[in-house]
Amino acid sequence: MRRRIPAKYIPLAATALVLVALYTAGCLSYPNFASPRVAVDLLGDNAFLGVAAIGATFVILSGGIDLSVGSVVAFTSILIASLVGEHGVHPLPAIAIALAVGAALGSAMGCLIHFYRLPPFLVTLAGMFFARGMGFVVREQSLGIKHAFYVEDIIQNLAIPVSRQVSIPFTAVCFVVVFVAGLYVAHYTRFGRTVYAIGGDEQSARLMGLPIGRTKILIYTCAGLFSALAGVVRTFYMQSGDPASCVGLELDAIAAVVIGGTLLSGRVGFVAGTGMGVLILGLIQTIINFQGNLNTWWTKIVVGLLVLVFILLQNVVAAASGRSGKGG
Amino acid sequence: MPMEEAGQSVLLEMRGIGKRFPGVQALDAVDFTVRRGQVHALIGENGAGKSTLIKTLTGAYRRDTGTIHLDGRPIDPRTPKDAETLGISTVYQEVNLIPHLSVAENICLGRQPTRFGAIRWRAIARRAVEALARLELELDVSRQLSSCSIAIQQMVAIARALDISAKLLILDEPTSSLDEKEVAELFSVVRRLRDQGLGIVFITHFLDQVYDVSDRVTVLRDGRLVGEYETAGLPRVELVSRMIGKEITQVEAARPDRLPGAAGGAREAFAEVRGLGRKGSIAPIDMTFTPGEAVGLAGLLGSGRTETARLLFGIDRAETGEVRVGGRKVALTSPRRAIRLGFGFTPEDRRVEGIIPNLSVRENIVLALQAGRGIWRPLSRKRQAEIAQQFIRALGIKTPSAEQVAANLSGGNQQKVLLARWLATQPKLLILDEPTRGIDVGAKAEIENLVGRLCAEGMAILFISSELEEVVRTCQRVVVLRDRAKVDELVGPRIDEQAIMHTIAGHDHAA
Amino acid sequence: MPRDRSWHLESDWLSKLVWPVAALVLLLLFNWLFTPGFFQVEVRCAHLRVPLAEALTTRTVVSHLAEHPGEILTDVHLYGTLIDILNHGAKVMLLALGMTLVIATGGVDLSVGAVMAIAGAVAAQLIHAAGVPFPVVIAAALGISLAAGAWNGMLVGLLRIQPIVATLILMVAGRGVAQLIADGQIITFTDERLVYVGNGHLLGLPFPVAIVAVALAATVVLTRKTAVGLFIESVGDNETATRYSGVNARVVKFMAYVFSGLCAGFAGLVAASNIKCADSNHAGLFLELDAILAVVVGGTALTGGRFYLLGSVAGALLIQALTTTMYMRDVSPDIAPVPKALVIVAVCLLQSETFRKKAAALVGRRPA
Repeated sequence: MRRRIPAKYIPLAATALVLVALYTAGCLSYPNFASPRVAVDLLGDNAFLGVAAIGATFVILSGGIDLSVGSVVAFTSILIASLVGEHGVHPLPAIAIALAVGAALGSAMGCLIHFYRLPPFLVTLAGMFFARGMGFVVREQSLGIKHAFYVEDIIQNLAIPVSRQVSIPFTAVCFVVVFVAGLYVAHYTRFGRTVYAIGGDEQSARLMGLPIGRTKILIYTCAGLFSALAGVVRTFYMQSGDPASCVGLELDAIAAVVIGGTLLSGRVGFVAGTGMGVLILGLIQTIINFQGNLNTWWTKIVVGLLVLVFILLQNVVAAASGRSGKGG
Repeated sequence: MPMEEAGQSVLLEMRGIGKRFPGVQALDAVDFTVRRGQVHALIGENGAGKSTLIKTLTGAYRRDTGTIHLDGRPIDPRTPKDAETLGISTVYQEVNLIPHLSVAENICLGRQPTRFGAIRWRAIARRAVEALARLELELDVSRQLSSCSIAIQQMVAIARALDISAKLLILDEPTSSLDEKEVAELFSVVRRLRDQGLGIVFITHFLDQVYDVSDRVTVLRDGRLVGEYETAGLPRVELVSRMIGKEITQVEAARPDRLPGAAGGAREAFAEVRGLGRKGSIAPIDMTFTPGEAVGLAGLLGSGRTETARLLFGIDRAETGEVRVGGRKVALTSPRRAIRLGFGFTPEDRRVEGIIPNLSVRENIVLALQAGRGIWRPLSRKRQAEIAQQFIRALGIKTPSAEQVAANLSGGNQQKVLLARWLATQPKLLILDEPTRGIDVGAKAEIENLVGRLCAEGMAILFISSELEEVVRTCQRVVVLRDRAKVDELVGPRIDEQAIMHTIAGHDHAA
Repeated sequence: MPRDRSWHLESDWLSKLVWPVAALVLLLLFNWLFTPGFFQVEVRCAHLRVPLAEALTTRTVVSHLAEHPGEILTDVHLYGTLIDILNHGAKVMLLALGMTLVIATGGVDLSVGAVMAIAGAVAAQLIHAAGVPFPVVIAAALGISLAAGAWNGMLVGLLRIQPIVATLILMVAGRGVAQLIADGQIITFTDERLVYVGNGHLLGLPFPVAIVAVALAATVVLTRKTAVGLFIESVGDNETATRYSGVNARVVKFMAYVFSGLCAGFAGLVAASNIKCADSNHAGLFLELDAILAVVVGGTALTGGRFYLLGSVAGALLIQALTTTMYMRDVSPDIAPVPKALVIVAVCLLQSETFRKKAAALVGRRPA
């Protein structure tokens, strides 16, 4: 039997190709690039973006958009920092509270979007403003987290040693765990398949008897939860909370999702792709750091162009497969 | 061969179904019965109530009056899921499945087998293969649905219905996008399912197909039941007359007053169409348009009339044939090209393709004229108002003022606004698709007279209508379509309603 | 023939204007009651500092100006919170003009903030280059903004990419381009002509306000005195029917995006001039969202169709008034987004048919 890559996997293959190509280019160009430290840092530094992007993937798959990601990450980070540092709450319940708040915000947005048919763009825009402002209500300045749980457990005890100099930070572990969970939900749960169905053709999905309303609200609740989780991961990473941080993170998340092969109109997409997209973004930044004389604004230009290339690629693939199917 | 009726039990019984929408009684005391092991066709022209009846069955609408019994028990489906659970499955014309998911997943979506909450993909594939096997269909179930042809997609939809253990299968205009071979395959599947004991409702407007596959046929008209007949025993002409509502014997043999075409001798054709066609839309068709002549396009719903108009106006690209205007070959690649050649088009679906709802009557009327002038030669407000008033008067558009928002006008007046839009551009060929639908009697006469006046002034007109009386009255030449192909062209003295109906019906179907 | 009551139906735009203006009035009322000094306007010229009321009723200012007529044009300054609102709101008002047309075609332009940064960077670089005449500096900045708009217009019109995605690309890459132009620096400048753009005064009002006035007038003329306005509204309301009527929808959309780019260029010049430097990281940050909010509040539907330029300007003023009110009340500007969020939700709900129906049903159920 002749083996062909089904058309729908082409963008994913392209993403993988770009990832491998970038990494290879980096290894060939710079002496220390191929070291374990670089790989580990890649995972650890981009972990919070990765968690947020995976949540964003579900929203975008369903045909929606979430602009509140960055603000919720910042908000939960300062919330945790404040609870721990100013109110003496142990980190674990603080984290639980932060996750609950994120989920609640997402749920509120989902209800507005579903029950009143408000456009996701505007509702999540409001969410973004709200969360950003609330972050500053909690505390105006950033705050370090000095609790033992953070200083000892997270940094030392929960890191996985790989060699004498290098150990995998807990944030990287979180990223991997969330990534696997995302893959599972997307491909092995009815909820995940319903998300794909809604993004594919909401009208048909309704006629097929799928629980549209419940799923939509759940999607945004999850998005809020994932954003909050990203905020938690960021506190692990930065050992602090900062209400002014992560401005524009939602754009990076969306870029990662698009580069990962998901259409911004929904219906086609891959959690695996988003994971790779995050790594690609991280690699670009790493390469630019290694280069030394290139300035970081090149990251933005390259990312923008990459997004354009992938969108055009998706359009081409869509046009090609569309011609063989429905027609006349 | 259809089964004996006495031996088949009643599966579905709908009695006295009524449904009212604001301003219109969509269904009025309709009865509908389907037996096990039977294919029952449901037909009727536009507005007959077919889709409303089915929607009360599938849970999309709630009936106002009447009862529905399935297998002897009363049911009241409120949502599509209810209907599904009861064993009523529908396969729609637009194949309501998810195009980017696989065949297998579409069949099992919403009911995927799971173990501890995790979906079992192998089980899904197995189930899909089994469901398709019931239709004697073998297919790579991991393929993306959209990579399959529409015919296969419909089979998948049917397979899904079976997987849900449907007792009653409703096929809503399933053959509109299929070619002959695919239709035959679909029908063999339908017959197989019937023989397995399913009850099948087949909604269509293709006469040949009604005779091909159905055992019984129910005709609706204007929301009322006209009758239920055994298909084999009903001559085609009688079926057509039941649908249209004219007793074939009662139609006057004498022709009503026909509007004269333009006076004068033979004129040079403005546009010649040879072999224009597109797969799934219309078989290659020939037509000629002469200034001062109104050409009618007659046929039942779904016979390809609108499709022909869309090809002419450049909305759809033709795959075969050519069009000559003024002797020169032209490529009708877009509406703008057609308009530049002097064409105009009032679409059938005025809400979706015609009226700009939130703009005023004035703006709607001057739009095409302004488009022709471009951006930098705007019509002054005063001039726009003048033009609008001129047409409001000429066509009798009922509106408090020219600034009234178009969406607030009645359907008939919206139609007049559309007419005004094109008349303002003074086209050489005006294509009117169902121009008098939804218009009161007085206004209809006005429009017919208008057509006559326009012809007298030298315009060529393509007049598409399901009302034969109208076609006969206004046209000097009638092209008759059936099942997406031209069957005949009637000229002059041969044009009368009887002749058209006979032409549409074709030969009687041998049982 | 019924009497022509077109004036009554024309007030459609008036009725849309009601919401933002009413909200604005409420806000001003609140300030009048609770914020001392909010409504004070002072006239300053040379050494004089005279409250507006006094300036209008006495001869202090008038006689001074009669003696120094040369000062009238640019050296008379009006000061006060109200003037600040107009001044600071100028950028969003400019963006909102372009955004209105884009949204009216059924699209959106997320890149205007980035284009502002690009325009500022170009101007700041060129003003330092020797031998470049001032008009060329301005023309270059605006020219590149036009090009950015054309880029968006090409992606949306020609390649048929979804507007959110298409403009997202420039939103992300644009700041990179701006930094490239600025060599990664924050470029300061002191050229008084460029400084005048954002800080000068014309006939008493801050110059940015004058720019807005001219831009508004130009936009009104462009859309109402040519067929562009009709085509834009038509395309946004029912693109299919519009195409069938012979309008080139692609060109219309293209023009809307080009115009949006141009507006962003003007706003970028004002922004850079305001702080006397081009900061590619922060110029126009998130102003596109304020602009979209202003347009929606002003009555133009996000799905496209009829647009209301005055409404968008009023919406921008409302947003700025909100921000200024909070500032005057000593609320940290960082917290200001919270009330903005509530305003967005409130406006969306009011515009949502589903909400109005449910609310009406709820009210109807209350016992009489």
